[in-house]
Amino acid sequence: MRYLPLTEADRQAMLAKIGAASVDELFEDVPLSARRDKPIAGLPNHQPEYEVERALAALAAKNVSAGSCPFFIGAGAYRHHVPASVDHLLLRGEFLTSYTPYQPEVSQGTLQYLFEFQTQVARLTGMEIANASMYDGPTAAAEAVLMANRVTGRNRAVVAGHVHPHYRETIETMARTTEFMCEAGTPQPQGNEKLADQLDEETSCLVVQTPDLFGRLHDFTALAKACEEQGALLIVVVTEIVSLGLLKPPGAMGADIVVAEGQGLGNGLNFGGPYVGLFACKEKYIRQMPGRLCGETVDTEGKRGFVLTLSTREQHIRREKATSNICTNSGLCALGFTIHLSLLGEKGLTRLAELNHAKAVQLAERLASIPNCKVLNDTFFNEFTLQLPKPAAPLVDELAKRPILAGVPVSRFYPHDKSLANLLLVTATELTTEGDIDTFAKSLTEACR
Amino acid sequence: MTDKTTGAAVAAMHDNKALQIEEPLIFEQGAKGRSGVDLPAPRQHTARLGKLRREGKIGLPGLSEPQVVRHYTRLSQKNFGIDSAFYPLGSCTMKHNPRLNEKVARMPGFADLHPLQPASTIQGALEVIDRLAYWLKTLTGMPAVAMSPGAGAHGEFCGMAAIKAALAARGESRRKVLVPESAHGTNPATAAALGFTVETIPANKRGRVDLDILKSKLGPDVAALMLTNPNTCGLFEYDMLAIAEAVHQAGAYFYCDGANFNAIVGRVRPSDLGIDVMHINLHKTFSTPHGGGGPGAGPVVLAESLAPFVPLPYIVRDGKNLRLVEHVADAKDCKPFGRIKGFHGQMGMFTRALAYILSHGADGLWQVASDAVLNANYILASLKDVMSAPFDGPCMHEALFDDRFLKDTGVSTADVAKALIDRGFHPMTMYFPLVVHGAFLIEPTETESKETLDAFIGAMRDLAAEAKKGNAEFFKQAPRFTPRRRLDETRAARQPVLKWTGDVEDNAGEEPADEEPERGRRALG
Amino acid sequence: MPQVKYTKEHEWARVEGDVAICGISDYAQKALGDVVYVELPKVGKQVKQGDAIAVVESAKAASEVYAPLTGEVVAVNDVLNKEPGKVNSGAMGDGWFFKIKPAAPANDLMDESTYQNYIKGLHS
Repeated sequence: MRYLPLTEADRQAMLAKIGAASVDELFEDVPLSARRDKPIAGLPNHQPEYEVERALAALAAKNVSAGSCPFFIGAGAYRHHVPASVDHLLLRGEFLTSYTPYQPEVSQGTLQYLFEFQTQVARLTGMEIANASMYDGPTAAAEAVLMANRVTGRNRAVVAGHVHPHYRETIETMARTTEFMCEAGTPQPQGNEKLADQLDEETSCLVVQTPDLFGRLHDFTALAKACEEQGALLIVVVTEIVSLGLLKPPGAMGADIVVAEGQGLGNGLNFGGPYVGLFACKEKYIRQMPGRLCGETVDTEGKRGFVLTLSTREQHIRREKATSNICTNSGLCALGFTIHLSLLGEKGLTRLAELNHAKAVQLAERLASIPNCKVLNDTFFNEFTLQLPKPAAPLVDELAKRPILAGVPVSRFYPHDKSLANLLLVTATELTTEGDIDTFAKSLTEACR
Repeated sequence: MTDKTTGAAVAAMHDNKALQIEEPLIFEQGAKGRSGVDLPAPRQHTARLGKLRREGKIGLPGLSEPQVVRHYTRLSQKNFGIDSAFYPLGSCTMKHNPRLNEKVARMPGFADLHPLQPASTIQGALEVIDRLAYWLKTLTGMPAVAMSPGAGAHGEFCGMAAIKAALAARGESRRKVLVPESAHGTNPATAAALGFTVETIPANKRGRVDLDILKSKLGPDVAALMLTNPNTCGLFEYDMLAIAEAVHQAGAYFYCDGANFNAIVGRVRPSDLGIDVMHINLHKTFSTPHGGGGPGAGPVVLAESLAPFVPLPYIVRDGKNLRLVEHVADAKDCKPFGRIKGFHGQMGMFTRALAYILSHGADGLWQVASDAVLNANYILASLKDVMSAPFDGPCMHEALFDDRFLKDTGVSTADVAKALIDRGFHPMTMYFPLVVHGAFLIEPTETESKETLDAFIGAMRDLAAEAKKGNAEFFKQAPRFTPRRRLDETRAARQPVLKWTGDVEDNAGEEPADEEPERGRRALG
Repeated sequence: MPQVKYTKEHEWARVEGDVAICGISDYAQKALGDVVYVELPKVGKQVKQGDAIAVVESAKAASEVYAPLTGEVVAVNDVLNKEPGKVNSGAMGDGWFFKIKPAAPANDLMDESTYQNYIKGLHS
């Protein structure tokens, strides 16, 4: 088998050195009832590469890829072009096959890109410090709530109704299992939630999002002050990281913690994972942060270098007193993010964001002109909510047969709320073409007659 | 050049050593108006941004594509990877990462798929997850598996949350979790996060959980025992069946940390050991790449008693088709405890792991465990005369030594590790597990040749001899040949500097004259 | 010179007037390595002997610091927040952690020679 270097001669020589007659002897502590005396029956044996490739290609062929048809889905994962260089750099063995940089002398590659990543995340979000990434946006949000509980000594979290349901649900699961209170608003695509009124002296944090689930843009500056007055932390979620190329960052609004999904840069859609959670906060909370941190220092020759630092917050040292149980970050995805953002630079990211917005405006104007359809948003970045004259879910399934991937029906997240049944979340990015928009608009017009 | 924040020397170009090139931060190389990506100007439009357009700069540097490629290429050359050298980190399972996995994961039919696409357009993806789930259940003998946890610690959280939910369903509230002294830190951290109090069980003289002490601590207030098997000393817990019986008799659940599954995959059925739940690290046993620290994937296999208590979403079969159950109201046979991350799970790791499993097949996986255990025992047998092994008898897939052989030499475990780097090997895990002093935990994995093992053994024998000669200074100065010498971790912790704070020179405000506005229908002209 | 007494967990206490000055021993600071951070209790806190009331961290480890006697915390050494290294350079002196007003004298602490023997015993 191609991944196994030992020959039979090797095995015999090694057994001789060990003083065992066979490898079975080395399994002597395993109860007989649990041992298999030969490989599992009924499962295939080893295969050449091309057979494996063929089997998996057959499964891949059963899917409709986003690039093969008009595509308008967002809702927490966004289809942006990843430059070819990114993947080639990620695939370098020294990046792909390295481990957590616990031996910093031979991991300066990893450590330096993490330092660059932390700097990029802090600057994008307008915050003072950022960590070296988490699993994804929703788990980062849950960790942010736990941190707010620790910092304030309170245990009541409030989640706005406009927050992406995966974030809300992940926080709620955390609340149920780790025993704190979580109150979530109901989604109001056109209403004002009056979030400041929901704060009291028991509130540890308020979780909000911009652009929100429905694509609306918010300025949380006033809300940040209200939180501060109540001694609660404001946690701002960003699900479309490219939006920060064009919009006022949460840090400028006074956010205490910003969590985001970094998938939109350097990482493709990948059917939902692996993604990369971004976590940034005010410097005064540094010791309460979860996740890995990379810090600058010098070596014995006085040269600048980087190391993992403040590790005493983490599980491998603090054990049950750790700030989080997390071990892994999303290293390779963070690297993809860093490389993509380095390629874009200030000018490229700004231009990319402007392009996204321009396409979305074009799409919105076209769809708003369809009889019986209405764009609900006053503001948006690249995603907005379309109100149809009939339930969105069956329509999306119909269009999928063309195929047209028409966006996400809000009922996917809220199947029992009839008031949301006719709403469709629609996204355009720099990859959306005029032809796509035309095809989509024509099909939608037909379907909505 | 000096770093503006800390004043540290930032090497100028003449500090290069042939292919080892000093590389500044990307932020120190920016210039105005530069970008490595070509994008057309947006068409004229009326913005719908409200008053929320950004004012001021983000502060990102501008570089061209060649510069960015060179920058990250140079950074990569400062890293050790499995591709570079032997990387025997105990309990990390640093096995070869096949590139077939990468090819498969990047097939557009998988990579360019949005998680929220309608079910009819993603059947192949759901089938990948379903098939991987089938293999994991078959290999472990367990009837159910939760696929969505994002990594090992997340899997532990999922498994322990399932136990907590199962207890609640029984109308019980047990608040204690038992954990061996030798456990990985994620175990007590996870238990504590879920509101349990953690009590440690010491090891016996043979490095296994002390069965008598365990039995004395079991009672109606114990929710679960969290056990790693093989344990973090690389030893199989020979009392597994007795442990499982005692735990179950007390009405508690048996959590198995599957980090060391590589020792037994294909050769042992965990279900027959009496466990109720086990997380599997796909990035360990199933070769998905470590990527400098992540991402991972941590699916959790479950016994019948815990099978209903899964996270959302999970996959069900409806006739010929597969679909996702994403809401509690939709969950017919399960009592889900909620969603634990975004979307459906680490799909990119599923395709890779499935490619690996199909490549090895049943006979290959049998051989994986056999060779992993053989390699570790070969190292143990070849070094135990010059290093000090705390426990007698064979090990499983990893060999443990402590620092008694370094007594009175003035050389520490860390010093030996740094000297090993200069010899061209990545060090083993140091100072873990905590149950022995100055631990060296060596896990070769099955993807190492005998030649590599012999070279490593030779280097370790040399270093042991050098230490015993009393040449402590040799070790204190190591490593000598690495891109950086030993780094001041005290300084990094006392004065944390977590980002670069200078000014980039890039000015995004300039519109270069040569850009064309977008012309949507013009493709190849 | 007021007598210094020690606990098994390597804290020391030196009674001066009606207050006991407390810290961690020289042996402890050597074992820890460079101290990077100290978490001190709040002034006014009521503590029982053996309670974990402070934390001392090096780059690689974190250790609890236990109250050597029962009483009230009347002062903490704020200087350690800016200069944690004082724990290493002056463990028995200006690297003190907190001062406790004892509720009752603690008679079960080790004196200097007993403690030195205790440490020797730990190594064998």
